[in-house]
Amino acid sequence: MKTDIKLSGVGGQGILSIATVIGQAATTAGLHLKQAEVHGMSQRGGDVQSDLRLSTEDIHSDLIALGTADLILSMEPMEALRYLPYLGKEGVVVTSSKPFVNIPDYPDETSLLEELDALPRVARMDIEQVARTLMAPRSANMVLLGMAARYIPILTPAHLREAIRTIFGSKGEKTVSDNLKAFDAGYEGIQ
Amino acid sequence: MAEKRLLLGDEAVALGALYAGLSGVYAYPGTPSTEITEFIQKDPLSKERGVRSRWCTNEKTAMEAALGMSYAGKRALVCMKHVGMNVCADAFVNAAITGVNGGLVVLAADDPSMHSSQNEQDSRFYGKFALIPILEPSTQQECFDMQAYAFDLSERLRLPVLMRIVTRLAHSRAAVETGVPRSQNELNPDNERTRWVLLPGNARRQYAALVGKIPETEQCAQESPYNTLRLSGRRGLGVIASGIGYNYVLENLPEDVSVLKVSQYPLPAGQVRALASASDEILVVEDGQPFIEEQVRGILGAGYPVSGRLTGRLPRTGELDPDCVAKALGRTGGPVHGPARNLAPRPPQLCQGCGHRDVYTALNQVLADYPEARVFGDIGCYTLGALPPYRAIDSCVDMGASITMAKGAADAGMHPVVAVIGDSTFTHSGMTSLLDAVNDNAAITVILSDNLTTAMTGGQDSAGTHKFEAICLALGVERDHLHVVVPLPKNMEEITRTIRKELEYKGVSVIIPQRECMQTLARKQRLKQAQKQQ
Repeated sequence: MKTDIKLSGVGGQGILSIATVIGQAATTAGLHLKQAEVHGMSQRGGDVQSDLRLSTEDIHSDLIALGTADLILSMEPMEALRYLPYLGKEGVVVTSSKPFVNIPDYPDETSLLEELDALPRVARMDIEQVARTLMAPRSANMVLLGMAARYIPILTPAHLREAIRTIFGSKGEKTVSDNLKAFDAGYEGIQ
Repeated sequence: MAEKRLLLGDEAVALGALYAGLSGVYAYPGTPSTEITEFIQKDPLSKERGVRSRWCTNEKTAMEAALGMSYAGKRALVCMKHVGMNVCADAFVNAAITGVNGGLVVLAADDPSMHSSQNEQDSRFYGKFALIPILEPSTQQECFDMQAYAFDLSERLRLPVLMRIVTRLAHSRAAVETGVPRSQNELNPDNERTRWVLLPGNARRQYAALVGKIPETEQCAQESPYNTLRLSGRRGLGVIASGIGYNYVLENLPEDVSVLKVSQYPLPAGQVRALASASDEILVVEDGQPFIEEQVRGILGAGYPVSGRLTGRLPRTGELDPDCVAKALGRTGGPVHGPARNLAPRPPQLCQGCGHRDVYTALNQVLADYPEARVFGDIGCYTLGALPPYRAIDSCVDMGASITMAKGAADAGMHPVVAVIGDSTFTHSGMTSLLDAVNDNAAITVILSDNLTTAMTGGQDSAGTHKFEAICLALGVERDHLHVVVPLPKNMEEITRTIRKELEYKGVSVIIPQRECMQTLARKQRLKQAQKQQ
């Protein structure tokens, strides 16, 4: 069994924290894991992505092949669409629905969301709004992870919740509970 | 006791070196190599053992200091991005002539596809050029294991060993099983002066000795546990795969294909011949330039069919990926969904509130009155000034080139000519450029944009922080033509007036806009807040 996840967003949105939590959960669950990140120049407000591969078997390639991703997990709707050629036949897109506009030629929002909604399997939510409502504005990425949890069958939500505790533990109980709250809201939100 | 840790390739290199008894890491930050030194700086074992890990001014000072540590008998690691090899090449090549005492490993992190670079040169050519062994790990585990192997090999052959990794390995995480740390070497300086004093008489002897070691380095590669030949028992296609290329082959491997994995060089010619005689044709899968492919053609001769990047079976430029390797192996697949319609490029940009923004705003405002002006840029975050909305620089070539190219252009008669260089790039390779400009009284205006850090690679210490005025004065810049300003919108009038005045001056002037990087400032504030809460 394997799950290949394409994580995407804009530099600074916290996709690497999502990757870290999933990585921690996978390690606890005894899975094989490879996670290719992008560091350096592109982190400055540009598009960023990370390939996350989980498997019960050995994993060879650090990168996901075209047409094979099980999940595109994106902090930004246009960035979700950018990696569409990587999405597999049964693949799911889980994304924030709120555009992050820092370029002059950002596409028309309505047309963008229409294209997204036309995909066979897609879940989108205004994760920043959800995080603000929860009074945990910095935990939007954990709302997204909560949404995705249903589509990562190789891990249980319990694994992910435990990983959130481990990863954010050093930042105090408030940070942990904010992130768990956000995760749960995302998980429940797309029932 | 062995334990499993989730590590980036870079971190696995770092931990592997520490476990191999490292005494010092020497490096200048550069993507994708930066995390090696950062890991060593933070690791408890490194603190406990007093491993030297402060950032160096450039790759050449790093290489030389590491050679000095090796001279003293201890194990040293030098890390850099691929283009850093150009900067340290003098010391690197001659370190093969002197040979080493304590183990010396040079790690070059190549960046095929130029994710954060100006070229995609392949560092393996440097190893061949210097006649030393090269290691090329395929996995994070090999990054760890091969460090101890590399240091042992270096001490056994008394040669530096080059380890080459690429971005996708450096910046990819996987579980790594560690072992038991080896102790550090004792101080044991080399007493053989004739090895180290490279006067022509000695150098000739040393070079002959180096050439004399070639059969032994070849033998080591031939017997290396990291070079493995797997024969399928069926003729047809044989594959030679190196480094991470091997992973993409395994991902797509048809069962009836024989594979030679190469992770240690000189290229094991015996294994190449064995693969060739068991196959009808050979495909070479290597990330970077066709280093193996060219040599295989030499080993097998013109009659034997060899394909790879040179024949177009794999792309000639850019990094390998599972898709192009699958195609080369005849596998079908590919996208299910086409590219999206609602898509726009999102290039990186300068952070909101960044001082470089104010610098370019001021410069553009003044240069609007000088349509013939040219701005020579340099390597750093401020290279992003080439993109909209600023479009403020006309060149970016290599570390330090802004000042010296500006000087050359001024020598040719261009005016006004401006150089824009960051603080860390200036100490890396711009100081000698400025000295040339001063000595020739070149009519250039240098903007030394100082954000008190090496920002682009994530905020490492910058070698000249708080010393820039003193450095410029000492290099001979006149006091009247050296200005420090604070790049903020409220100071725009003063900054533009200063630039305008210095553009008219027919000699060297330096303007230092000085304000801390937004990223390091925010990090410090978060740290302070966290400390307050505890």
